[in-house]
Amino acid sequence: MDLRFTPEELAFRDEVRAFFRASLPASIRTKLVDGKHLAKDDIVTWQRILNKKGWAVANWPVAWGGTGWTPVQQYIFQEELQLTPAPQPLGFGVTMVGPVIIAFGSEEQKKRYLPAIANLDVWWCQGFSEPGAGSDLASLRTAAKREGDYYVVNGQKTWTTLAQHADWIFCLVRTDPQAKKQEGISFLLIDMETPGITVRPIITIEGGHEVNEVFFDDVKVPAENLVGQENRGWDYAKYLLGRERTGIARVGLSKERLRRIKELAAMERAGDKSLIEDERFREKLAAVEVELKALEMTQLRVVAAERRRTDNKPDPASSILKIKGTEIQQATTELLLEVVGPYALPYQPEHEDDERWNEPPIGPEWAGPIAPTYFNWRKTTIYGGTNEIQKNIIAKAILGL
Amino acid sequence: MDFDLSEEQRLLKESLDRLIDDRYAFEQRKGYAQNPEGWSRELWAQFAGIGLLGLPFEERHGGSAGGPVETMIAMEAFGRSLVLEPYLATIVLGGGFLRHGGGAEQCANIIPKIADGSLTVAFAHTERQSRYDLHDVETRAVRDGVGWVLDGEKGVVLHGDTADKLIVTARVGGGRRDRDGIAAFIVDSKAAGVSRRGYPTQDGLRAAEIMLSGVRVGPEGVLGEPGKALPLVERVVDEAIAALCAEAVGAMAVMDELTVEYLKTRRQFGREIGSFQILQHRAVDMLIALEQARSMAMFATMMAADENALERRNAVGAAKVQIGRSGKFIGQQAIQLHGGIGMTMEYKVGHYFKRVTMIDTMFGDADHHLRQLARRGAA
Repeated sequence: MDLRFTPEELAFRDEVRAFFRASLPASIRTKLVDGKHLAKDDIVTWQRILNKKGWAVANWPVAWGGTGWTPVQQYIFQEELQLTPAPQPLGFGVTMVGPVIIAFGSEEQKKRYLPAIANLDVWWCQGFSEPGAGSDLASLRTAAKREGDYYVVNGQKTWTTLAQHADWIFCLVRTDPQAKKQEGISFLLIDMETPGITVRPIITIEGGHEVNEVFFDDVKVPAENLVGQENRGWDYAKYLLGRERTGIARVGLSKERLRRIKELAAMERAGDKSLIEDERFREKLAAVEVELKALEMTQLRVVAAERRRTDNKPDPASSILKIKGTEIQQATTELLLEVVGPYALPYQPEHEDDERWNEPPIGPEWAGPIAPTYFNWRKTTIYGGTNEIQKNIIAKAILGL
Repeated sequence: MDFDLSEEQRLLKESLDRLIDDRYAFEQRKGYAQNPEGWSRELWAQFAGIGLLGLPFEERHGGSAGGPVETMIAMEAFGRSLVLEPYLATIVLGGGFLRHGGGAEQCANIIPKIADGSLTVAFAHTERQSRYDLHDVETRAVRDGVGWVLDGEKGVVLHGDTADKLIVTARVGGGRRDRDGIAAFIVDSKAAGVSRRGYPTQDGLRAAEIMLSGVRVGPEGVLGEPGKALPLVERVVDEAIAALCAEAVGAMAVMDELTVEYLKTRRQFGREIGSFQILQHRAVDMLIALEQARSMAMFATMMAADENALERRNAVGAAKVQIGRSGKFIGQQAIQLHGGIGMTMEYKVGHYFKRVTMIDTMFGDADHHLRQLARRGAA
């Protein structure tokens, strides 16, 4: 048992770190440190830099542009992205639809879609949730009816993240309304330019526009856009969701947030000293750091165990990572809110569609995004399968209850 | 990076698990506890026989030169079966003082007897006022020719009632809470002026209040440089905390297993109570608490021998925080989910609850270590 990285792993970490430092545009990094939103161009720019280096789709098989890295190297790569901090490669393509196409798609689909995902020539979004199908995803009702060489899609998806930027959407659709609810679902790829698709923004509590509703009204989708077999989409979705969870702990992100908290708390005054010298604040900070250290070790245990896994099923322990990781992320946003104090109050929009977006900052220049981030981050225990759903998974898959 | 045990470590674990399976069923344990000493000399000899008592010592002293991982394996197994024997006191604490602070002659005289099972040790350090502060020492040691004379009172000395030798800390200079001025001595427990009041602890172990009144110690009983012993104490205590974390993980794992098993068998309202979602989620919360604790016990094990004292203290302290919090949650919920049967002396689970509760009070509880981490600005 040696929980330290090997010299080779440390050398790899240094290589990744050096590349990120040298190649990430400073303007993008600054936005991330400040907790501001990235523009579409920022994400595309960075992914193309990674793709040029051969690192955009690090987790894919080598044949499709992957790196062949060990699970530990993959972990280090993710951790360094978050610590830099640098944008994650767009998950909807790289960790969701890409791996599904690789595992279940046809050769034509692989050739057509995968290179465009790697270079972010095509921006994907995810059409899973519906107004009546949240935690009970399998009850989804958006229907795809086969008519000749097409499926005709009618229905509504919701919580569709960054659909406003998307070129394509991967959808779970009901192709057999008679079958048991999990057995009548198919996995369909749809061009967002197809007539009959309408995207409407959903503004979340902090005032941001991340998610959308997507409406389908007699949308004609070529039958060749079906992934795998008709009515097997639920299996593909489970495969995808399991992979989503392992990366969701985001230990590096929380480490970077704690660094930021300490930096800002050292500048803020609390009575006759700085906030970072306040004993109660320090204890709260230390408590989160202990939890995060434990999560980091737990994540490393899951990563180390991956080497021995032969099946392609997600490790149910990844549900533990999702629960703990999101709880800790939320705790860091709470601490940041505490750091900013009364200057959490002023609402300072950063969206260009708000007429006040370009006004000079009110209070400390870093204060603006902190309360919105706190509000926004409540999403993390809801998305990717709520933490309560994760507990159902653990109860069944690990405890056998 | 890997979390796997080596071949030797796996063998150690297997032979230990076999011995424990064979000799440490819950009913057998009750028998050992009935001994006047509170533990079994016969089992102690068997521990020696499979090399457990020599684990951390050099081969020339009858040991097998194991490290913190070997100790972790042993302590986790002890935690799973609530072993009563004085392993922590003798091997981890007593042995730790000799390994890190003993002179060549002291080691050659004492360690082989520890390893063969013929000598036990206890660490007499805590005082009525000191709580968890390792530097808070009032017991005095005054020079007397080439030796020293010790006066003071030590409390809650784990297995102090049966130990042959005591490691006693005393102040040779400075004020009560100064980091400088602390010395460590090896004292014969039968020496003139040592009086001991032994008693059972809440969790079924034994401890003692020890009075030192004009106790003479020769130069052969001095560990390291008198007045400069605190770093030695901290180092040994950190190893002991890492070992306690592993023991606690063993106990917590059993509580999780017992509870899940109970949820699957106990029927009320015409169904297994494990089919109720609120109880399922509670059991999941217990599992998460266990896995977080296990991760930190491993981290503490990895850092227990670290040369950088500050990083070692921070890592071990962080682990103790996690163990304390996880232990309290798992213990309380294990009792709650068992309902009435969990409250009985006859049933196992309460004994595990009591052990993890007491582990939190040893060498600093969760709040103590959290405060220390916060003060040092690191976790």
